[in-house]
Amino acid sequence: MTVNWRNVGLFGAMALVLVLVAALQSWQLALTILNMSLISAIMALGVNMQWGYAGLFNVGIMGFTAVGGLAVVLIGVPPVTEAWAVGGLGAILGVLLGIATIFGAMIVYQRMAPGRLRGAAIVAVVVVGWIVARYFFAPATQAIQAVNPASEGFLGGLGLPVILAWPVGALFAAAAAWMVGKVSLGLRSDYLAIATLGISEIIIAVLKHERWLARGVNNVTGIPRPVTRPVDLQPQPWVQELAARLGWTVSETAAILSALGYTALFAIVLGALIWLAEKALNSPWGRMMRAIRDNETAARAMGKNVTKRHLNIFILGSAVCGLAGAMMVSLDGQLTPVSYEPLRFTFLIWVMVIVGGSGNNWGSVLGAMAIWFLWVQAEPAGRAFMDFVTSWMHEDSGLRAHLLVQSAHTRLIIMGTALLLMLRFAPRGLIPER
Amino acid sequence: MDPVSALVTVTNFLLIPAFAYGSQLALGALGITLIYSILRFSHFAHGDVMAFGTMVVIFTTWGFQSIGITGGGILPTALLAIPVGIVVMIGYLLVADRLVYRFFRKVKAKPLTFVMASLGVMFITNGLTRLFIGTSERRFEDGERFVFSVRDFREWTGLAEGLALRSAQFITIITAVLVMVALFWFLTRTKSGKSMRAYSDNEDLALLSGINPERVVTMAWVIVASLVVIAGTLYGLDKGFRPINYFQLLLPMFAAAIVGGLGSPIGAVVGGYVVAFSEMGITFAWRRFFSHLLPDDMAPAGMVQLLPVDYKFAVTFAILVLVLVFRPTGIFRGKSI
Repeated sequence: MTVNWRNVGLFGAMALVLVLVAALQSWQLALTILNMSLISAIMALGVNMQWGYAGLFNVGIMGFTAVGGLAVVLIGVPPVTEAWAVGGLGAILGVLLGIATIFGAMIVYQRMAPGRLRGAAIVAVVVVGWIVARYFFAPATQAIQAVNPASEGFLGGLGLPVILAWPVGALFAAAAAWMVGKVSLGLRSDYLAIATLGISEIIIAVLKHERWLARGVNNVTGIPRPVTRPVDLQPQPWVQELAARLGWTVSETAAILSALGYTALFAIVLGALIWLAEKALNSPWGRMMRAIRDNETAARAMGKNVTKRHLNIFILGSAVCGLAGAMMVSLDGQLTPVSYEPLRFTFLIWVMVIVGGSGNNWGSVLGAMAIWFLWVQAEPAGRAFMDFVTSWMHEDSGLRAHLLVQSAHTRLIIMGTALLLMLRFAPRGLIPER
Repeated sequence: MDPVSALVTVTNFLLIPAFAYGSQLALGALGITLIYSILRFSHFAHGDVMAFGTMVVIFTTWGFQSIGITGGGILPTALLAIPVGIVVMIGYLLVADRLVYRFFRKVKAKPLTFVMASLGVMFITNGLTRLFIGTSERRFEDGERFVFSVRDFREWTGLAEGLALRSAQFITIITAVLVMVALFWFLTRTKSGKSMRAYSDNEDLALLSGINPERVVTMAWVIVASLVVIAGTLYGLDKGFRPINYFQLLLPMFAAAIVGGLGSPIGAVVGGYVVAFSEMGITFAWRRFFSHLLPDDMAPAGMVQLLPVDYKFAVTFAILVLVLVFRPTGIFRGKSI
């Protein structure tokens, strides 16, 4: 295997830029950027599996990451026993009955002969099921939300080690992806896009609205972390000794150590995923996927079940996004449904994949790091630029003040321009597919 | 038992708002369907382009108001500003077409490449909108607020239940109908409209008959620009302007276009109303309606609301899923104009 010096150089340049940030701004900032770019890299990897291997267009990345984040709350947070006592059973029974209603309607549809009678039966099943489910569900959730509403008012989680939530987050996202994929794959490619857009909006609406589940817009904070918090590191004697030796303050040292812990964890996950993805891409399975992507009709003629393979890869890629979403929530230690914005969590990931080079795993990783770095640094840069552009205006000009306040949005323009330039002049990305 | 009051309640809180919302969606979906049938891709920047156009209208409205041009205290000033918005948007979209989409047309790129490119345009448009006008809500409605208010209605009819018609809703419905009639007249009766339909049906045959594709594409963008500015302004007059709301219109607009049949203008109009009425009907609290219809002792205790309003996306999505499962080409068997 020959070493591709160009790619090594690109990654080296990325590392150099981060070291420069550390030297010129601060180590903490550099590590924050690095940790988020590792998570973004995992998301980009998931999207690259869908787009790069199979040509599937997923615009619901936000929903899949959010549902992964929900897993962290459901697994890591200790249970609220009082809430479970007053309404746990009713809430879960209500949800199960709701799901049973949908399945009931599906069974009626499949078993009965087409006609008016079938339509009436379906409507009856849905209406009765709905009323019964509501009967258990509504009072139970009311009771749960009334339990200590200022800090709890939700069922809490299972109180298990938080690292377990990562694979569970992947499973959640996979389940959501199965539902979407089952409906919209096999139809025109745009339909999958619209369907994923829909499911992601619904997932966010559920997270915001179902307060009994994860406190909705009140956010869940103080989620257990997989790495010791800086506050708990500070009193440790070895940390203080290290701080003294390096000449840093204790709090700074503790923050950097904690961030480094996350970096190590994320790097392990990312490394494992890349290794698996590369193995898969170079296996007969990977060749089949590319064959399907490049010529569906030919692949179908060779006896490949294109729709099924598409469903597989769609679920797989979404699961990776869910994993990344879970990791992000355990990094922040909080779940804030309002912060999920499609531009940031769906379309920015797309810019990463396209800029990095679709179809190439290393490309997605590099794209994620570069674009995340740009995204973070473009905000102050945008302000500085706007300050320069408007410097001829009067000091208390209203327009100048307005433009300076809104200058953070220039980064959207930068991202869009980057995407368009790459599409136009280097459609294969920074690291093209082999 | 009071069926008249029941009907008045439903008209006031459900039928009129849903009809106005449906008209706004229909105009948006018409734009999407038109781009789909002429340029053959899903235009993801549609919501943000709409926000940008509305922003231009808002700025023009403010400008007009500051120099004393208004709608005479009756009509909203924004209606006078719409032509300015349309002209600016035509320029904006044509520049976007020349700089971005034309290249991909020339190299005959895959449809999804166009969609990607429209994501880039979406980012830039969204950034520009936020940069110029910010992210907070703006109301730019002026003139007479009501065609008739609840009090007028009670005085006329002597009913206890009220009915109001807001000017924004009235204007929305009238304008939408006029625009749709004009568009259908253009597509079926004029030579340019016929050439657009021919191009959409069969590109090669249209080229052989001497139709200039660049001219068809330009006409499509001009129509789309007019549609987005009108739809966006009507939506803003009705519900207030916030860029994020326009982005979120993307899902119901696409759902409307797909439900009706992508590429079918009539389908887009019907789809718009289908989506709007189901969205609002399912999230509507039917208690007042039933309490008028049923005897007092049977009046419902709860809200009789099938889903909370926060889940209106879920309704749109459910309609979309039903259509995709049972009739993937939409009600009107889309794909061509």
